[in-house]
Amino acid sequence: MSKSTSLPYLLTAAVSGALFGAGLYVSQMVDPLKVLRFLDFTAIPTGGWDPSLAFVIGPAIVVMFIAVRIGNRQKAPAFDMRFHEPQFTRIDAPLVLGAVLFGIGWGMSGICPGPAISLIAFWPSNLLIYLLALFVGSYAGAFVLPSGRTKRLAVAQ
Amino acid sequence: MEAFSPLPALVGGALIGLASAVLWLGNGRIAGVSGIFGQLLPPASTVVWRLVFLIALVGGALAAAYLLPGLGVGGPGGRPAALATPPAWFTGGAPLWIVASGLLTGFGTKIGNGCTSGHGVCGIARLSKRSFVAVGIFFAVAILTVTLTGIV
Repeated sequence: MSKSTSLPYLLTAAVSGALFGAGLYVSQMVDPLKVLRFLDFTAIPTGGWDPSLAFVIGPAIVVMFIAVRIGNRQKAPAFDMRFHEPQFTRIDAPLVLGAVLFGIGWGMSGICPGPAISLIAFWPSNLLIYLLALFVGSYAGAFVLPSGRTKRLAVAQ
Repeated sequence: MEAFSPLPALVGGALIGLASAVLWLGNGRIAGVSGIFGQLLPPASTVVWRLVFLIALVGGALAAAYLLPGLGVGGPGGRPAALATPPAWFTGGAPLWIVASGLLTGFGTKIGNGCTSGHGVCGIARLSKRSFVAVGIFFAVAILTVTLTGIV
């Protein structure tokens, strides 16, 4: 725990965040309208569908898959005592309900949390109220989780 | 109509994968933005690196926009960033629509423990059963939502 404020740890977080933000801009996934054009499967028959999002998430998964394999051969990450693997493995109601609600929210706007934060760089109108709502929703969600779970998540994450 | 853009998509996707790899192999942390964002609140125990990550996320997007203007939304040579407007049948106004979308996304990603990055990239790469289920559901529901609301 004490290591999480060391300089290499914070530099790693900064490099990761910057690469992530650059990736979201380069892939154009910061554009909610482009994301919506992927989610609009009704455009497939007319040839207006934009499959770009699949071409973003594909290589991202491949690169991370390799990193996970490399990590599996090591006892610990470079700057912490252990890998913080999520503790839950069960498919439960909060997971399913949460995914459904997120799916509705995502489909309504084309915005998911990564692009939402990245969009601060370009500050489109109405972004502020979206971010406030995101924050309030997230905070409210912490109260409905079974007791003890939020705290364990905080430690695990 | 914006065209399909496979090359920026592949390069950007690889950068996102690299970002996740750096955080995992460096700090042993999942690069899931809803988790990093949502754990800023009590009872969070590690706030500083989360803030650093999120500030760098904004800085990375801004820097890329200046290095590669005109590539997409937001850059100095590109189109200005804009949020989607609600479908025509919705008479409550754009702010109400956007607030509902944000509340559902914040609440859903908190109780479902992840979003497109944490479940979609990291979870699938870790072959997590929970993530496969979550990703299948939120993609299907998002596609259904776009179809039913007619927002595009």
